[in-house]
Amino acid sequence: MMTEPQMYISLVPFLAVLVSLAAVPFIVASAKRANVREFWTIAAGIIKFGLVLSLVPGCLQNRVAVFRIIEIAPNIQLALKADAIGVFFAVIASGLWIFTSFYSIGYVRGLDEHKQTRYFAYFAVCLSATIGIAFAANLITFVIFYEILTIATYPLVIHKETEVAIKAGRKYLAYTLTAGVLLIAATAWAYQIRGNLDFNPEGLFRDLSLGPATIVPLFLLFLGGVGVKASIMPLHSWLPTAMAAPTPVSALLHAVAVVKSGVFGVVRVAVFVFGPVAMKTYGLGHILMVFAGMTILLGSIMALKQDNLKRRLAYSTIAHLSYIVLGTGLLSQTALLGGLLHIAFHATMKITLFFCAGAIYVNLHRENISELNGIGKVMPWTMGAFTVGSIGLAGIPPVNGFISKWYLGSGALESGYAIMLIVLVISGILNAAYFFPIVQRAFFRRGRGLKEHKEASPFMVVPLVITAFISVFLGIFPDTLLRFFSLAEKVASSIFGGTGL
Amino acid sequence: MLNNAPVLPLLILLGTGILIPLVAVKLRRLVYPLALTAVLAAAGISVYNAVNVIHSGPVYYKFGGWFSPIGIEYVLDPLSAFITAVINGIAFLVLIHAYKLVDSELPAHKHPPYYALALLMLCGYNGIVLTGDFFNLYVFLEISSLALYGLIAVGDRKSPIAAFRYLIIGTVGGCFYLLGTGFLYMSTGSLNMADVKAILPILGTQPVVIASLVLMVIGFGIKMALFPLHGWLPDAYTYAPSATSSLMAPIGIKIGAYGLIRIFFFVFGIRFVTQLFPLATVIAWLSVAAIIYGSLMAIAQDELKRMLAYSSISQIGYIGLGIGLANAYGILGAVLHILNHGLMKACLFLVAGNLRTRLGHTYISRWDDSVRQKMPWTMAAFVVGAMAMIGIPPTVGFFSKWYLALASVASKNWIFLAVILLSSLLNAVYFFRIIERVYMKPISGSARKKQPEAAAERQEVCGSMLVPTLVLGGALLLVGLLNVVIVKGILTKILPPGF
Repeated sequence: MMTEPQMYISLVPFLAVLVSLAAVPFIVASAKRANVREFWTIAAGIIKFGLVLSLVPGCLQNRVAVFRIIEIAPNIQLALKADAIGVFFAVIASGLWIFTSFYSIGYVRGLDEHKQTRYFAYFAVCLSATIGIAFAANLITFVIFYEILTIATYPLVIHKETEVAIKAGRKYLAYTLTAGVLLIAATAWAYQIRGNLDFNPEGLFRDLSLGPATIVPLFLLFLGGVGVKASIMPLHSWLPTAMAAPTPVSALLHAVAVVKSGVFGVVRVAVFVFGPVAMKTYGLGHILMVFAGMTILLGSIMALKQDNLKRRLAYSTIAHLSYIVLGTGLLSQTALLGGLLHIAFHATMKITLFFCAGAIYVNLHRENISELNGIGKVMPWTMGAFTVGSIGLAGIPPVNGFISKWYLGSGALESGYAIMLIVLVISGILNAAYFFPIVQRAFFRRGRGLKEHKEASPFMVVPLVITAFISVFLGIFPDTLLRFFSLAEKVASSIFGGTGL
Repeated sequence: MLNNAPVLPLLILLGTGILIPLVAVKLRRLVYPLALTAVLAAAGISVYNAVNVIHSGPVYYKFGGWFSPIGIEYVLDPLSAFITAVINGIAFLVLIHAYKLVDSELPAHKHPPYYALALLMLCGYNGIVLTGDFFNLYVFLEISSLALYGLIAVGDRKSPIAAFRYLIIGTVGGCFYLLGTGFLYMSTGSLNMADVKAILPILGTQPVVIASLVLMVIGFGIKMALFPLHGWLPDAYTYAPSATSSLMAPIGIKIGAYGLIRIFFFVFGIRFVTQLFPLATVIAWLSVAAIIYGSLMAIAQDELKRMLAYSSISQIGYIGLGIGLANAYGILGAVLHILNHGLMKACLFLVAGNLRTRLGHTYISRWDDSVRQKMPWTMAAFVVGAMAMIGIPPTVGFFSKWYLALASVASKNWIFLAVILLSSLLNAVYFFRIIERVYMKPISGSARKKQPEAAAERQEVCGSMLVPTLVLGGALLLVGLLNVVIVKGILTKILPPGF
């Protein structure tokens, strides 16, 4: 058993949540001066990232920052706790926000988008909510930030205000608000049973006094709540539709912040609410595995059929999110480690791919794969980065996707589910099948109408090259940068270290 | 003076209400300041009373020094203190807002009687809540209803019909209540609530006791517009002058809900209404029907005030459901929702008033992006109100939902839980439909496409209308975040013994 983490009260997690929210009035106030406005976004992003990073060393030394904001209901605190898994997720989300902000500047100016102030303001709100989710110390805090995230994302999804975007917005709300009420129902139920909603590495329901007749429906209710944002099939169909949003939104929210909040929720619920023992005893891990396996395969197959680049990326995201769900459902230390690493690694790879899709769109106004012949010659940096991301998602070294997949695979074998290893292998092949033709088209086919085009604006190209570079770097030195590996390992061992599972 | 504080709000409102027509003869200008000051004083004293009750326990005020059963007793316990504070506080904000509305919608000679009636109505509401006597309650019920008929009838062309309809149905409701009181008096020999409460256990479940309970519940059911007794409400809300609808919508129907809570849990007792004669269950199921019916009808409406009216029918179902569940969380949720829904509906009706003032109508289908460009702050308040109705944290609506969900789970009633949550989705449907329009529908006509940003000029309403709207919008967030202060400070003390 690990030693109990040492708690200390610190304002840092609260500030980390608050800083982007505090930036909103400044963003709105400087609506008329775009450069000043963007300065606030970038400043908030850097401060936020700095605050989150400052929590990493403490986490690795088993010191956990906690902060009580307010008592939000009798005996329930709105409280933050920067434990290892929370910090892990917060580092990814806040770090990638900085890149996305730079990229957004290039994107919205390149397209001369309308209502840019609204766009940057809600982006900042979303990030506050995401960090709130990461640091939520109990279920109610999680639910509150989860719902705020749902609403704050809506103006970004409908940003273009076209018929398609508005329809997408409706679908998005229908799915996520329904999920929200399921989550509230599940939380209320859990509170009624336990009288306590604090996340706990052993789970709230570890004493097994409830019996399957309560535990299984409760788990399914929770899964319905977090499964929509995690886009576990059959709850996934909002995500491809939400691709109507501007590409930076898809990049950060629909590959990192929102959907990862969903998977993060799955991990929180499975491990920190139900606990590994209850998951194992009542076969809840199997439920996760079945849904995840199915989603991985079907998502990859459906990705194959898409001609629209962003939709293909969306289906690919759906499949890859379930890698993480699978890592949770396998209930072994190695698999959870793989799953957690995939939260970070998939983020860097997928955000690169979305950035590329956006750069292509802004630069060439093309969004279908069939129109991408030969663009590699015009946009070598962009398509180079795209290639890196594709290799990584297919799980080929040296890109970081290999590492997470490796641990997922060994975790599957360790817990005796070789079939899940087969699923992963098939998925790897499918990934190659839907990504490599794009690379092949871009570099090895002759394009048309590309003469007068050059590489996209540096605001867009630099971030995407950096994220691609980070993907490779993390693939070779997974623990050097930001200690992702140590953090994830810490989470996994704190959960499975003492249970003997 | 302070010894009389429990009844001061009532007396101030009554006195000023009577004084206003006299003052108006010579000094018409003074009418509005007088009315506003009276309501402010009433609100201030009610809040003072509430704080006092929390610290030093309930006050039993003997009117004129006469002891019951001869005299009439007023009871300032946490429940009545809380409700009067809510009523008078919200009424104050609405009345600030009402000035310009009344000015623009009614001819000048009708202003003094209008404010006089408004104060009499509020006086009636305060009386209903404070009195500890069944018959006295009836008197105040009639005072408030009669005043309200007048307040509705001065509206536009269709308002007299709406008022007449309410007059008929409301009077029937009053009669039901009076009949119930009569039966109760026959069987217990007292009209004092505390006395009746002490005597009822001896009588058990005699038919006459049950009949009196049922009659009273029907009476209050009509006043609170509990499905299927809601028929008077949509027209009354829609055709009444905007000032009247924003005054009656947040607080009017809550009075009926208060009456229900009072007789259920403080007179007949929890055991009687849940086990001996399970009327609470009936109320709960009617509330479920109200929630669904109200929401579906709201979706179908094209006129904002009418939509909000049906939404009220649905929201009163939340309160009814909390009462019907009859457990600690349920009553807590119901009483909290009286405040929460009061704030939400006040905010939304003030928005409707602002829109009427500037656009001249409140037909949703005629709105587009220009509405938001003309009135950005009003629409911001609308969005906050909508979020509260849907129940997005940290607005107040989330916490109503949370306590009622806990109540449903506590009584293991999964259907109720499902309905509460379904209702928040239906709310999302009818509010996002408007938000979509107001924020995204391109402006029709000549100015479209090329320069939509500069198409509509800023035409925000004046400060006296905007500030109350924004204060209420802010309150929706603030009360949500600080709901524990209210819940722990006063609502947990409301619960009658036995919880």
